[in-house]
Amino acid sequence: MRALALIARLFRSAAKIQRKRMILTVTAIAWGTVAIILLLSFGEGLKRSLQTGRRGLGENIVIIWMGETEKAYAGLPAGRPIRLLPEDVDLVLASVPEIASAAGEMHNWNVQLVNRRTALNKRVVGVHPAYEELRTSYPQSGGRYIDEMDQKLKRRVVFLGDQLAKDLFDGADPVGMTLLVADTPFTVIGVLQKKRQMGMYGGPDADRATIPLSTFEAMFGRRYLSNLVYKPTADALAPVAKRHLMEVLGAKYRFDPADTRVLEFWDTIEDSKMMNAIMIGLEAFLGVIGALTLIIGGVGVANIMFAAVTHRTREIGVQMALGARRLYITGSVVLESLALTFAGGAVGIGIGATIVQILAAVQARVKSEAMEFLGTPTISIPIAVTTVTLLGLIGLLAGYFPARRAVSVQPAEALRFE
Amino acid sequence: MFGNGRNGKNGKEGQNGVSNGAIIALTGIRKVYDTGAVKVEALRKVDLEIKRNEFVAIVGPSGSGKSTLMNIIGCLDTATEGSYRLRGEEVAGMSIDRLSDIRNRRIGFVFQNFNLLPQLTAFENVEMPLLFKGAPAKERRERVETLFEQVGLADRMQHRPVELSGGQMQRVAIARALACEPDIVLADEPTGNLDSAAGSDIIGKFEELWAKGHTLVLITHDGAIARRTRRIVHVQDGTVVDDAPAA
Repeated sequence: MRALALIARLFRSAAKIQRKRMILTVTAIAWGTVAIILLLSFGEGLKRSLQTGRRGLGENIVIIWMGETEKAYAGLPAGRPIRLLPEDVDLVLASVPEIASAAGEMHNWNVQLVNRRTALNKRVVGVHPAYEELRTSYPQSGGRYIDEMDQKLKRRVVFLGDQLAKDLFDGADPVGMTLLVADTPFTVIGVLQKKRQMGMYGGPDADRATIPLSTFEAMFGRRYLSNLVYKPTADALAPVAKRHLMEVLGAKYRFDPADTRVLEFWDTIEDSKMMNAIMIGLEAFLGVIGALTLIIGGVGVANIMFAAVTHRTREIGVQMALGARRLYITGSVVLESLALTFAGGAVGIGIGATIVQILAAVQARVKSEAMEFLGTPTISIPIAVTTVTLLGLIGLLAGYFPARRAVSVQPAEALRFE
Repeated sequence: MFGNGRNGKNGKEGQNGVSNGAIIALTGIRKVYDTGAVKVEALRKVDLEIKRNEFVAIVGPSGSGKSTLMNIIGCLDTATEGSYRLRGEEVAGMSIDRLSDIRNRRIGFVFQNFNLLPQLTAFENVEMPLLFKGAPAKERRERVETLFEQVGLADRMQHRPVELSGGQMQRVAIARALACEPDIVLADEPTGNLDSAAGSDIIGKFEELWAKGHTLVLITHDGAIARRTRRIVHVQDGTVVDDAPAA
């Protein structure tokens, strides 16, 4: 403890002599810290923005489109179209244990929706109730999604995308109101919560109407599903789920489970893995740029420590003559270097955090697509840990080499130094 | 090793070749400074023994090698050749940290220009070797206070070196040299920066220490000071040319 106090005392007096240079060095470190914090927090903001954007489609789901066979199978020729039926959803749920949840989906691309004098031609989809969670289509408060009873009773109820509701009802609350869907009166039961959706097929969920699948079948006389959406019980089980699903459906429709053209899979789990890999790469890149800036500050610290060590050669000689071991001398130099680095780091973290706060506040006020995509810069715990670790490393290195020089001379020589 | 009793107060004449009882035994010490272009032989074949409770002056003109000799005795520098046994222990080839420990515990230094750290108080300067030794706080404080009593500066402990006179600074330096109860006190021109009164006072202090049983080695070019010691070693051209009891 006392030894530390001694080091601190010597450091303070050295700081007095080299005040200007120390201020410059601390500024350089602060600058580097600000750079690294801003870069990393922008990266973090972008990552989070992308994550919420992906969640808009659904979390870790797989979407299936139907195609045709490419291989002849069991005496049947290639080129047969395979179409799935709503009851295949139940079949898949019952026969593939690795699938936690599934829903069928039918699309009608052009249906007239009329509310009094407002008439719009929009997409209408019919879905199973499980679609709500699979495709993160949660209702705003005061409304609900399509449920099992709607499906069972083929109720004429409609769930509206938030943008569509705004366009049709001009901002008024549509829940409980009547809407004409292809000239048939439907009751609006809910409106989609606003969500950011990056992945989509057919268009954004915000701009379409959703009705029970059974109602859809009856109204539009459809039999086949447009898509089937499912979610595996665990991400790691996705390939097994896919294989089992192919086997089950292959047995029913008599196609080769290895035939890749029968069904087309959009595996968002794979997507998110790739996205994560890209994000890690991007963050590493930003981090490296920040670190390089910080290293320039570190060179400044090393420089000032070299000067300090030279300036104090005699002092160090005296300490060695009195019995200071090498570790004490190097330790004190490294400690001083760390003190300088962390002083700059503290200033930089303060400034960086303030800038991030200001940017976030500005962003909340300014509405812009680009800004929204970029996300809100965020300082996370890993960013803080990375920054502090880097500062520590740079401080250590910037102190280590001057410290080595300090103990490289014989005390006799150091004592002669003027 | 050599016990704590002050056995034999008769180390007044140099007895080369007898290693028993010697605190310092230099044999065939050579020191060459290699400055790249030229090699300077500062010491050539120095043999010297100093026993417990001797009071020795090493004298010689400047450039004679007496400072180099003192650096080697003080383990501040290592010899190019030869053997140096400090209390029977061979110093040559010791690690840097081991030498630090030797200096810390066995050797006390008094320098011509005091070499007190100006940022620290007199108390802290004296405390420093005890810190390096790793003595606990209480022991350090008691020891430092005792030392200041001894050198008669008990009322100056909290002063900075700049607030002290030259003679006072040198007394602080003596207190510091004695902090870890060294086997030997090495003083390099201790009066060189002092006026004659203060210088005489410092030599008086050394005489006092000698009377108490300390072993002292003084490096000086001042004959008057050398004559106040008990044994004078003359160094010239890097070797001992004369070694005799002081008249």
